[in-house]
Amino acid sequence: MSELALTLVRLGFLTLLWAFVLITVLVLRRDLKMPAEARPTGRQARQGRAPKPAKPPKATKQSKSKAKGTKLVVIEGPLTGTVIPLDDGQITIGRAPDSTLIIDDDYASSRHARVYPAEGSWIVEDLGSTNGTWIDRTRITTPTVLPLGAPLRVGRTTLQIQK
Amino acid sequence: MPDNLLAVGLPGILAVTDTARRSTARRQPTRRNAELLMLIFAWGIGVLGTLQVGWAIGRDPDAGLWITSGVVGALALIMHGVVRLRAPYADPILLPAATLLTILGLVMIYRLDVAAARRAELNDNPLPTPDVYSQLTWFTVAVILFASVLILLRDHRVLQRYTYTLGLVGLILLVLPLAPVIGTTVNGATLWIRIGGFSFQPAEIAKILLTIFFAGYLVEKRDSLALVRTKVLGLGLPRLKDLGPLVVAWLVSLAVLIFQRDLGTSLLFFGLFVAMLYIATQRRSWLVIGGALFMGGAVLAYYMFGHVRLRVMVWLDPWTYATDEGYQIVQSLFGLANGGILGAGIGQGFPNLVPFASTDFIVAALGEEIGVTGLIALLLVYAILVERGLRAAIAVRDSFGQLLAAGLSITLGLQVFVIVGGVTRLIPLTGLTTPFLSYGGSSLIANWILIALLLRISDRARRPDSEVLSPDDALTQVVRRT
Repeated sequence: MSELALTLVRLGFLTLLWAFVLITVLVLRRDLKMPAEARPTGRQARQGRAPKPAKPPKATKQSKSKAKGTKLVVIEGPLTGTVIPLDDGQITIGRAPDSTLIIDDDYASSRHARVYPAEGSWIVEDLGSTNGTWIDRTRITTPTVLPLGAPLRVGRTTLQIQK
Repeated sequence: MPDNLLAVGLPGILAVTDTARRSTARRQPTRRNAELLMLIFAWGIGVLGTLQVGWAIGRDPDAGLWITSGVVGALALIMHGVVRLRAPYADPILLPAATLLTILGLVMIYRLDVAAARRAELNDNPLPTPDVYSQLTWFTVAVILFASVLILLRDHRVLQRYTYTLGLVGLILLVLPLAPVIGTTVNGATLWIRIGGFSFQPAEIAKILLTIFFAGYLVEKRDSLALVRTKVLGLGLPRLKDLGPLVVAWLVSLAVLIFQRDLGTSLLFFGLFVAMLYIATQRRSWLVIGGALFMGGAVLAYYMFGHVRLRVMVWLDPWTYATDEGYQIVQSLFGLANGGILGAGIGQGFPNLVPFASTDFIVAALGEEIGVTGLIALLLVYAILVERGLRAAIAVRDSFGQLLAAGLSITLGLQVFVIVGGVTRLIPLTGLTTPFLSYGGSSLIANWILIALLLRISDRARRPDSEVLSPDDALTQVVRRT
């Protein structure tokens, strides 16, 4: 094979190698958008992931509108610092990926508990979890009112309703 | 009739939401076809490289060459098939990138075989056995293990249950070469075990097992490692009790250095552990402490061990030792210089002049023939592999999976850095294999298992919620009360 042809093949090989890298980048670029769209819940739950101690709750101006508390805060466990705003819908807690608060904990069940509003307060209901849902030191068996500031224990996670 | 209407209407609505869910699931692309195209592309690059060797020495491709290329292509397709069936949402880039590197390694080993054969012909020596077929055999074994990991391991979280068992096995594997009878010393480093006719480098497998152990251990302990600390000089320091595992990791890596004389593995393990501690706790103080321990260990090793001192001296001034201790690195630098910007072309350089050209110095051999242009592309492929692994770590939800994926990617990145840095004289040379490229079964197998684990995790991370299998309550552990 002639010198010229060999040089062309040599350069062609390098071009292909770089083409591989560039096409990879193209494939990745199309890929970048997907995870963000696919899982908004996961993003939310992960925002407070840093295992730093919970920041002192900021004095919110709108808190006076509801006396029953406006947010559910994780005060202990791997998700410490995560804040879930409470509006009028229910909140599910568990390991299942469609939960509002996804806790990654071997001691929590997939659908562990739910928190929902009723008659001006927040009610906790255990959803048949393996290790139970606890308010302070008592295991709840029926839907129970969750008072402001009381520790709600699910697996190794402790939550609290704050103003 | 409102009651009746409701009774009819409700299932109807449910059905609608159900279809809506399913169609969102269908819209989530799996990207498997992109993966297949990239695989074919990688294979094509390999075939061109192989043909180039023949053209350069003026020999037409024979049937054996086509059969070998066909086998490699079939192996790649098998892996693709397994991923398609068992990890349909996995990252589309991991597999083709690793395949490209493996194929380039095979091309280079084949090219070195050709050079060795020609040299033997010139000197009227008997023809040496070609390495490429045994590497191809190892690749086949690696593909089988890759497939088994993806088929048998349906959920990476299962591994978390065996944290301590796997850690123990990893540690045993790490020290196994020191055992009498089966342990073997090659070129001053005790890294191999030999059973029957096979020699194996158990540290390569230990690398993966210990990463799993680190991930499981840190998930369990990271709260106390991150939160409890005393302030010293404005830097939050952990309790002495929590420093224990770091010190143990440090001692183990020092022991590897002292008794097995293996600088690279020792560096890899310690770096991996410190990086994973940092990721798990997000505390910079671990990096500071880890860095200090590393410096201490390095200085200690420099003054205590002749072989470490020699490595550093050769690194600082290879030309003084150009004919003896520095011969390898000097030849490697000559090779890279001969390659220059565009390279000599595959089959047209003299990579066989570098000692250990197919193992430790394969980057130098490749660098001579594809030049710095090709080498940068190669390093970018590694960088993309690591990036994809870290992305899987970010996207997956369970913290064990996050740490495991991050740890595996860091292992890969660190290993490439240590060996490429050594060959190019950026850091002192340490004997580590170049992942996927180097000749050697243990390394190839271990790195393909690593890719299988990353694919498993990224499949879990990218799978749409509606397709996540039934809630895994079976995995919930029961609190035991005494």
